[in-house]
Amino acid sequence: MNPRAIILNAYVYAVLIFILLPILVILPMAFSETTYLTFPPEGMTLRWFEDFFGNSRWMAATWFSVKIAALTAITTAVIGTMATYALVRGAKAMGTLFQAFLIGPIVVPHIALAVALYLFFQNTGLSGTVFGYVAAHSIIAMPFTVFTVAAALSSVDPALEDAAMSCGANRFNAFRLVTLPIILPNVISGALFAFIISFDEPVIAFFLAGIRDKTLPRMMFDDIEQNLTPIIPAIAVMLTLLSIVVLLAAGLLKYVANRNAARVEQS
Amino acid sequence: MKPGFFEADGRRMSRGAILLLMAPFFALIFFAFIYPLGSLLSLSVLEPSPTLGNYERVLENPLYATVLFRTLRIALLVSLLSLALSLPVAILMANSRGPKAVFLTACVLLPFWSSVLVRTAAWAILLQRNGLVNDFLQGIGITSEPLRLLYTQGAVVIAMTHVLMPFMVLPIYGALRNIPSDYNRASAICGAGPLRTFWEVTLPLAMPGIIGGFILVFLTALGYFITPSLLGSPQEMMIATLISQQMRENLDWPFAAALVGVLTLLVTIITIAFSKVFRFERMLGASA
Repeated sequence: MNPRAIILNAYVYAVLIFILLPILVILPMAFSETTYLTFPPEGMTLRWFEDFFGNSRWMAATWFSVKIAALTAITTAVIGTMATYALVRGAKAMGTLFQAFLIGPIVVPHIALAVALYLFFQNTGLSGTVFGYVAAHSIIAMPFTVFTVAAALSSVDPALEDAAMSCGANRFNAFRLVTLPIILPNVISGALFAFIISFDEPVIAFFLAGIRDKTLPRMMFDDIEQNLTPIIPAIAVMLTLLSIVVLLAAGLLKYVANRNAARVEQS
Repeated sequence: MKPGFFEADGRRMSRGAILLLMAPFFALIFFAFIYPLGSLLSLSVLEPSPTLGNYERVLENPLYATVLFRTLRIALLVSLLSLALSLPVAILMANSRGPKAVFLTACVLLPFWSSVLVRTAAWAILLQRNGLVNDFLQGIGITSEPLRLLYTQGAVVIAMTHVLMPFMVLPIYGALRNIPSDYNRASAICGAGPLRTFWEVTLPLAMPGIIGGFILVFLTALGYFITPSLLGSPQEMMIATLISQQMRENLDWPFAAALVGVLTLLVTIITIAFSKVFRFERMLGASA
């Protein structure tokens, strides 16, 4: 290695320490016996995990978040795939409008969206409802699903569907039996990302929370703001594992998608 | 957006089928985005009377103008810091192959997909009075007693840089990966050294990614709520915290709406001004 490469590598590894340090520090604290958060952690206990799973408020918030995230994943996968398919297969002219509406909710700061929805949901009684959360989370997760699906759809040869329709299938069956199986890995990986985005979403959840129904991020916000108990590192361990599982699953799906594409090429 | 991203050929669908497929999407966007934001912004100009009074208050009251300028300053600082940290990482990522490339990508992506609240809590633990950073500073003799690091602007800048950095790394990496390796060789054949090649070939070609990443981090930082609310000082708040306070504590909805209006206007202008370099599908694709 020449000196320039050594300097570049040294700098990058210093930056990587900065990137990884907070996560590496917080994870071991989940197993610390002390009630205050100190590093290095002392002792070894699973007490904070037991506290989390034994506490009805944390459990209720977790299930509430899982429900919202799952419904958000399904909503964005279905609605996103429908719209993307229509766009790719015939509504070119609507592309600009579609794109503006798609990107709008992630360009506008989340705080603006959260406050607007807070006001609207207060007036309509939707605050704290599953429906309200799913609608709000769906629009911010939508771009991730749509771009993943669009990337797959634009690589599917339309002649395949034409062939199916020449053989007597209608448009829906041609999509269901020919195109959908090819793009399914991308649809699922888009849905997985939508799940994570919803499950981790703190800002909208902060404003929409009702008195009873709080999401997991909202409960975490309150805990961090008030006294920062070792339950937070315990949750951090579980959330980090979840992220790793989802990333690995998405990687696997990408591999399957590439293999599918190669198989279609060959045939 | 590159032309043709959403385009393909094949047998045309009927107009009715297209509308039916698009309807749920547009209904959702109208219900959860256009209408709520529209009615909030109309509140800012219609209440308490149909004037621009609320906006005048934002700009004329020194208290609020200070918050606005502080927000702009912090967002700029975070963007510059992110760029300084991200560019070398992106360069090394683009030049690495095999296990090293996988390792570098994982290091960038893992925090990107882990909870913002977890990362903010981690910084709170690191920066607290008896935290690791204070231990380190005392250990190397910079200070003899613990410094107040938490609930300061410094804490906000460091933690926000940490949270937003991946948004800078990924577009720059995407731009660098698209430069054909022939260009470097061509430049070398013409007699340029590695540094000159970097300045005159690589950097100009990577510029769209750099500008895109910079603007993305800047815009996100402008409206950032979680990290400044949890790690910042209440005396030095940013605009998102001020909006929350006006909305939830002072219940001054028209004024909060005007603050949202200023923020949204700022973000929209910057987005449109830089729309040429904004290749969202590439940024989202790189992250996903």
